[in-house]
Amino acid sequence: MFGRLTWAAIPFDQPIVIVTSGVVGAMLAAILLLVTVKGWWPYLWREWLTSVDHKRIGVMYMVLGLVMLVRGFSDAIMMRSQQALAVAGAAGYLPPEHYDQIFSAHGTIMIFFVAMPFVLGLMNFAVPLQLGVRDVAFPVLNSVSFWLTASGVLLVNLSLFVGEFARTGWLAYPPLSELAYSPGVGVDYYLWSLQISGLGTLLSGINLTTTILKLRAPGMGYSRMPIFCWTALASNLLIVAAFPVLTATFAMLLLDRYCDFHFFTTELGGNPMMYVNLIWIWGHPEVYILILPAFGVFSEVVATFSGKPLFGYRSMVVATMAICVLSFLVWLHHFFTMGAGADVNGFFGIATMIIAVPTGVKIFNWLFTLYGGKIRFSVPIYWTLGFMVTFVIGGMTGVMMAIPPADFVLHNSLFLIAHFHNTAIGGVVFGAMAGYTYWFPKAFGFKLNERLGKAVFWCWFIGFYLAFMPLYALGLMGATRRMQHYSNPEWQPFMLVALAGAVFILLGILLTVVQLVVSIRTRNQNRDLTGDPWNGRTLEWSIPSPPPAWNFALLPQVERTDAFWMAKQRPAALHESGAPKTYTSLHLPRSNPTGVLLAFCGTVLGFALIWRIWWLAALGLFGAILVALVQAWRTDQEILVPAAEVEAFERTSASRRSFA
Amino acid sequence: MSVVEGALSPEHALGDAASVPLSLRGPAPTRVVAGFGFWLFLLSDILIFAALFAAYAVLSGETAGGPTGAQLFETRHVFIETACLLASSVTCGFGSLAVQRTDRSSTYFWMAVTFVLGATFLRLEASEFTSMVASGAGPSHSAFLSAFFALVGTHGLHVTVGLAWLVVMLLQVATLGFQPMVTRRFFCFALFWHALDIVWVGVFTIVYLGAH
Repeated sequence: MFGRLTWAAIPFDQPIVIVTSGVVGAMLAAILLLVTVKGWWPYLWREWLTSVDHKRIGVMYMVLGLVMLVRGFSDAIMMRSQQALAVAGAAGYLPPEHYDQIFSAHGTIMIFFVAMPFVLGLMNFAVPLQLGVRDVAFPVLNSVSFWLTASGVLLVNLSLFVGEFARTGWLAYPPLSELAYSPGVGVDYYLWSLQISGLGTLLSGINLTTTILKLRAPGMGYSRMPIFCWTALASNLLIVAAFPVLTATFAMLLLDRYCDFHFFTTELGGNPMMYVNLIWIWGHPEVYILILPAFGVFSEVVATFSGKPLFGYRSMVVATMAICVLSFLVWLHHFFTMGAGADVNGFFGIATMIIAVPTGVKIFNWLFTLYGGKIRFSVPIYWTLGFMVTFVIGGMTGVMMAIPPADFVLHNSLFLIAHFHNTAIGGVVFGAMAGYTYWFPKAFGFKLNERLGKAVFWCWFIGFYLAFMPLYALGLMGATRRMQHYSNPEWQPFMLVALAGAVFILLGILLTVVQLVVSIRTRNQNRDLTGDPWNGRTLEWSIPSPPPAWNFALLPQVERTDAFWMAKQRPAALHESGAPKTYTSLHLPRSNPTGVLLAFCGTVLGFALIWRIWWLAALGLFGAILVALVQAWRTDQEILVPAAEVEAFERTSASRRSFA
Repeated sequence: MSVVEGALSPEHALGDAASVPLSLRGPAPTRVVAGFGFWLFLLSDILIFAALFAAYAVLSGETAGGPTGAQLFETRHVFIETACLLASSVTCGFGSLAVQRTDRSSTYFWMAVTFVLGATFLRLEASEFTSMVASGAGPSHSAFLSAFFALVGTHGLHVTVGLAWLVVMLLQVATLGFQPMVTRRFFCFALFWHALDIVWVGVFTIVYLGAH
């Protein structure tokens, strides 16, 4: 009746898991109770859960990423404290089977459910505003994408309490991830949650690519697009090209596990190294999917806070697109030790080093933008400068490992761990934080607290160096990754410093929450009444904060890059000869429950497949088809905002804004 | 930045069509946006097949002492399958023209023929699969057979989804008529159906004609 699901699936014998689950469950219950008691459900359902507004969806992605950052970080600090303790005779406090789940969950969550939601959230929020349009190409699909990601998140978190998570590392290499060696449901949780959220990401990639290529304000040719839109385009093209490979690869592993196929098994001709090749054909573009939008954020921030146009706009575009293409030619550098031979390794080693060239172009462009600028030292520029210093170190250690003979020594060592955290934290996290601080006033109409923002930055910055510089040293000393225990006591001091670094980062995360609470409470002192709190350059700053549902009552006519900046240089142009503007009624997409319902069915389907409860899986699939059919027959997909309402809003907001 | 008077919904492309370059004309019409998005989806779908083809290429020789492709495949059988699917693409094309003319009976006729041809293809594929499994050459037998069943089966699954979609589209025409929403979806369906043909040409060439 319930497949493999029995009471034994609930780990009553593991106090850490039970207490965590209890606390999380209690918090969740408290939130649900609060929402119910306060009667917030109708508001939440109408304005958020069923919203197809790209700005709301962007905000929900950011919230999801922030919540999962806490989860992923809990795993991180558990690993750091285990390694600080478990030397020589000491066993530490995490048994190996639990420790293995923790490092697998940490990597999976941080990439798929923290970094991806952050990046997708920023793109969803900012891209249509920067393009000067009213929404993304497919608003309902956008909501479906978000909720499928949330469904994956739900399944991953469920694995904490019901059953177990994979013990295979974040990419689940076979043969270890095959049924013969991982007979439990851990790998199934991993595979199904990523299949569901991966579908959401793919649909999101299609949506945003179409938006950027087909929906731009009149006059916004490709060479006039804000640089963040260019990096978003590159990132989404990579999503469209790379995520199908991930889906296909996981599908093959699922066939191996569920239907006794032999793609990656060690017998009957299966080939585990084929999985490693396929997964990295997705995996290497994935790192650029994450970092390119971060580069875009830094580009916007550098130009805005230096009060100068971005240096070398065209070279920045070319560099971005060059990275986009080259990212597909380097996957093999993740496993030089496979033994493909000197020629193959040489090709991929050189291709990897070549990627450093366009990246270097970007660094110099940012430096030259800063040069001679009147730099305002606000929080976003802190993150940007911190990034430039940190990322260069990460890039250089990357080039070191691109040398195949050096990689044979450093492969799977803590040096590698230090390298990719150097780029992932110094690049993606810093970029997400810069973007969050930069666009927050646009989303909510008030700025985040500056002092606390700077404190958050210093905690992350110092914490990162303390946590990961020792790992470079340890890697060179021979320490490998994923150790639950080690015998060399000389490593322990380094591990203790790394733990101290993790504590600093913990403080940074706590201060982020404090900053949010304080900023909300003191919002009346930090209101952004102009819609342009940073003296911005691009179109999102030309409309009120927060923007109305329709973003732009009248679509702007773009004549060059930095459209809003140029308009501000000729104030008269903002109000074209003072002629009265004629507003028309606007068609806006109507809120739609399809996304939330599809994700619910998807979660049921995923859970049933993980536990092999076939009737429930059939029910979930049937429900999903039903929801899709109802959507197919929905003809009232738009609401009409009357011209009078648009005009009334525009007039009141214009009278509030200072440049009017 | 000045402001375009009279905000326009995406249905009404901005600018004077002839004089302004395409990239400067503002938001494209919904029909173009929907078609473009679906093309991107098809590209991503074809990449799923690319991964499966790659896996097949790597594993096609790994028969683990079991039967090879040359021993299993009946070229005549596959030829009929191919003929059905390619013919269904032609009839789907006639059907699409009928949709453009908003000609209801002609749409029903050509799309029904398309459905029958697609269903015949599936029927033939299913009989091939069952006879292979019955003769002990199921997907669990070797890596080659795993890759074969996954690749050809994924194509078959797509055809199944396509047939279901076609039924839904015909019901939409029956209930909603030829609204822009319905004709847009029909256009996407036709793209999907033709894409499956292209994938099948790859399957036929690489898997069946390339059997060794």
